[in-house]
Amino acid sequence: MKAPANRSVFLARASFRRRRLRDAARMLPILALVLVLMPLLQTGHPEARSSGVLIYLFVLWVLLIAAAAALVRPILPTRDETGSEPEDTA
Amino acid sequence: MIVSFNTLVAVALTYVAFLFAVAFAAERRAARGNEAWLRSSAIYTLSLSVYCTAWTFYGAVGYAARSGLEYLTIYLGPTIVMVGWWWGLRKLVRIGRSQRITSIADLVSSRYGKSTGLGVIVTLMAVVGTTPYIALQLQSVTLSFSVFASGAGGGWGEADLWSAGLWVAVGLALFTILFGTRNLDANERHHGVVMAIAVEAVVKLAALLAVGIFVVWGLAGGIGPVLAQIDASPIARWEQSGGRWAGLIFLSGAALLCLPRMFQVLVVENADERHLGTASWAFPLYLMLMSLFVVPIAVMGLSLLPEGSNPDLFVLTLPLSQGKDGLAMLSFLGGLSSATSMVIVATIALATMVSNHIVLPVWLSSRSEGAIVSGDVRGVVLLSRRLSIVGVLALGYTYFRLSGGGALAAIGLISFAGVAQILPAMIGGIYWRGANRWGAAAGLITGFVVWGWTLFLPSFGEGGVLSARLLAEGPFGIGWLRPYALFGIEGLDPVVHSVMWSILLNTCAFFTGSVVGFPTPLERLQGAQIVNVFEHSDGPRTWSRQAAGAEDLLIMAQRIIGPIEAQAIFQTEARRQGKQGFLPDVSPEFVDFLERELAGSVGAATAHAMIGQMIEGATVSVEDLIAVADEAAQIMEYSNRLEAKSREQERTARALRDANDKLTQLSIQKDAFLSQISHELRTPMTSIRAFSEILRDGGDLKGEELTRYAGIIHAEAVRLTRLLDDLLDLSVLENGNVTLNRQQGSLEELLDRSVAAAGAAGALTVRRNRGREQAILDTDLDRLAQVFINLIANARKYCTAPNPELRIEVRRIGDRDVVDFIDNGDGIAAESRDVIFEKFSRLADHGTAGGAGLGLAICREIMGRLGGAIAYQPGQGGAAFRVTLPGRAALAAQ
Repeated sequence: MKAPANRSVFLARASFRRRRLRDAARMLPILALVLVLMPLLQTGHPEARSSGVLIYLFVLWVLLIAAAAALVRPILPTRDETGSEPEDTA
Repeated sequence: MIVSFNTLVAVALTYVAFLFAVAFAAERRAARGNEAWLRSSAIYTLSLSVYCTAWTFYGAVGYAARSGLEYLTIYLGPTIVMVGWWWGLRKLVRIGRSQRITSIADLVSSRYGKSTGLGVIVTLMAVVGTTPYIALQLQSVTLSFSVFASGAGGGWGEADLWSAGLWVAVGLALFTILFGTRNLDANERHHGVVMAIAVEAVVKLAALLAVGIFVVWGLAGGIGPVLAQIDASPIARWEQSGGRWAGLIFLSGAALLCLPRMFQVLVVENADERHLGTASWAFPLYLMLMSLFVVPIAVMGLSLLPEGSNPDLFVLTLPLSQGKDGLAMLSFLGGLSSATSMVIVATIALATMVSNHIVLPVWLSSRSEGAIVSGDVRGVVLLSRRLSIVGVLALGYTYFRLSGGGALAAIGLISFAGVAQILPAMIGGIYWRGANRWGAAAGLITGFVVWGWTLFLPSFGEGGVLSARLLAEGPFGIGWLRPYALFGIEGLDPVVHSVMWSILLNTCAFFTGSVVGFPTPLERLQGAQIVNVFEHSDGPRTWSRQAAGAEDLLIMAQRIIGPIEAQAIFQTEARRQGKQGFLPDVSPEFVDFLERELAGSVGAATAHAMIGQMIEGATVSVEDLIAVADEAAQIMEYSNRLEAKSREQERTARALRDANDKLTQLSIQKDAFLSQISHELRTPMTSIRAFSEILRDGGDLKGEELTRYAGIIHAEAVRLTRLLDDLLDLSVLENGNVTLNRQQGSLEELLDRSVAAAGAAGALTVRRNRGREQAILDTDLDRLAQVFINLIANARKYCTAPNPELRIEVRRIGDRDVVDFIDNGDGIAAESRDVIFEKFSRLADHGTAGGAGLGLAICREIMGRLGGAIAYQPGQGGAAFRVTLPGRAALAAQ
């Protein structure tokens, strides 16, 4: 909304995308927390094995690392942004 | 068992020497200004690995052997926090950089108005929470020595353990003092230490991975068999307590933010915010790799090593039992690295806190002259840091001697729970502007007391600090105060129980205190700056400190003295330095000059404080602010007084000038008047004298001529009399001695009279609208008539049109009636309009009329007296005069 009209469509799209990816970066820890607590649903179940949970947790870990790594570059402030963007504006 | 104990000691010493060399080389490089490489994101990420202490290296395997997968919570918590860096850590790092935070105690103290008391509380909590942790590291190193010693034949007694611990502590103190207090950097960064820790991070990861690979592929025979081994082990069943699982994830996440050593490497040693982005995935990767082989090592240790072996030492004993001495040696170095890096960073962090928040305030207050002597303060700071390092390590060693040394994991968790008490004050402080120091202090103390009562003191064992009876029945038999069952809620795991109650009560106290208390002005200022750090600080620009400084100065100067002046000053200075553009180098002279310039606008104290902040990041103390406020108030009052005085003087001067002008003008007028009047009087007198001489001398004059000459003399005498009458009249009017003869009458009648008296009949066509002339006047009608007659007579005398015509229009403007006298002649030239109301101002002489030029002057005087006005009305097609009738007198149309 606040992008001046004379800005090109391409730039607006890029910064819009960057903002949405920042939202994704904010969601990532919440998602991670939920997924990490998931194995508790199985606890005490006679069929539940530590090895299964171990594999689940490490696969989850690798995916989290990959997601975080993929997000870093797109969400970092660009040179024209000073990084002092108002928080949480859409 | 081929490795001799002496070889081990030699290898350990060589390794330590190597670390010294690495740290030294890094310091040298940094000193040469070649620090870009030292400041890479890889080094930053590796330095974060101080999170993985000997507790991880040895303890994780022991933890897994005892409690299965629960050890993972300690690494999943930090992973979640790191992955969510955009939310929390980024703000923390930005605050740390913009406020030049030196420790977590400094952060809490700065946020809550640079409170010394809060700094002391957090420092004490950190020391109490970290001391067991340091003891733990000493214990693990000595234990690993003893493993080799017993392997080499000589079993170690307690005294040997203690002396080994002492030597380790001394060595660590030496290293920390050498590289941790080498200089007093403004931003508290330690290149040598960080570099050494990064190397140690690589060593411990490599060691653990090597042992893990050996165990999985060398002993178990691949991934499949390992999984089968796990399923066959005592920890095969997934029976995790949900409370502990969630509670420990929370606790470890909190510890990542609150542990003094983590705050040191995460925030204080951070050189660039972008590094945090890299670390957000690279550090979880490191943690993942560190935990990857823990379960296989634990499971294989449980199955291969004899019953009763200490699972905390499986990483070391498993390779040794298989005769892999080289691997065991690497593992030993990994453990040594984990322990030493933690102790070094924790000691630096704690020493900074102790020295900044306890020793220095005490030292300063003990000196009468305060901190004004600047030269010796730096020395004192360094000395107090060094003594603090020795003190912290001595504390750790004492704890190590006193405590029997429980399982590593238990000590680690107690420590985590202790420092986690800082979390509410810290998170509340950086996200909630309403948080204040009463709340922070209440929360910190409450949390600390509850933690101490429910976890720390019982950790010394039954009969240690708290007696068994007290643990079972509560103090003085008060059941709901039992350390493991607060408020009568029993059956909880002690750690979960303690964390739940301490954090809950802590948060409640923090919130209540903040809501009830009222913050100081400085606190509110700091709160606003810290909570809104992204609006106040500029971006992660670190590459052009000089230019940024000049730019910041320019921005500030523009705000104070205006853009044009500021830019002119900066441009002049830049040109003087031989540079293009607006940004000169920030030289001391220029700063002094600028400060003086700014002082002219805002006062010296403010300018000094502002410039000081820009140049050195000097913080503003409350006293500074008060001094600034006082000085500003004084200056403002003084300048207000000056201004008032000068305004008054200016008024007086203006009045004097006006008076002088008026006097001068009056004098000129008087001269002009005298010369005019003599001229006017002289002309008739000349003819009277000439003709009376003719009458006296010439005897033979005809009667007709006699009559004519006498007539001329008479006419001139009449004219002279009229002139004198006019003069007298004007003089009376001007002196205000006139008495007004107030009467009532209608305007129409008055105009009739005036037209008749002015002799307009025949010579001039007068157009009137009698319908509008019905106003009743209550004023001196004779005087008003005199004005009207004068105007009508003027029109008759001076109107140049072939068929002279005069319109008399009455109209109402606002609440006043005006009468316009408009003829159809040429009017009066613009340049003459100003003077027509002056005395003797006759325009181009139309000769015969014989007026003395006093008529309009008299009219003006009369109207002034009556409370009306007369003015020339331009743009009416001819000469036009508007007579504004006296206000009160007018009105009431019939």
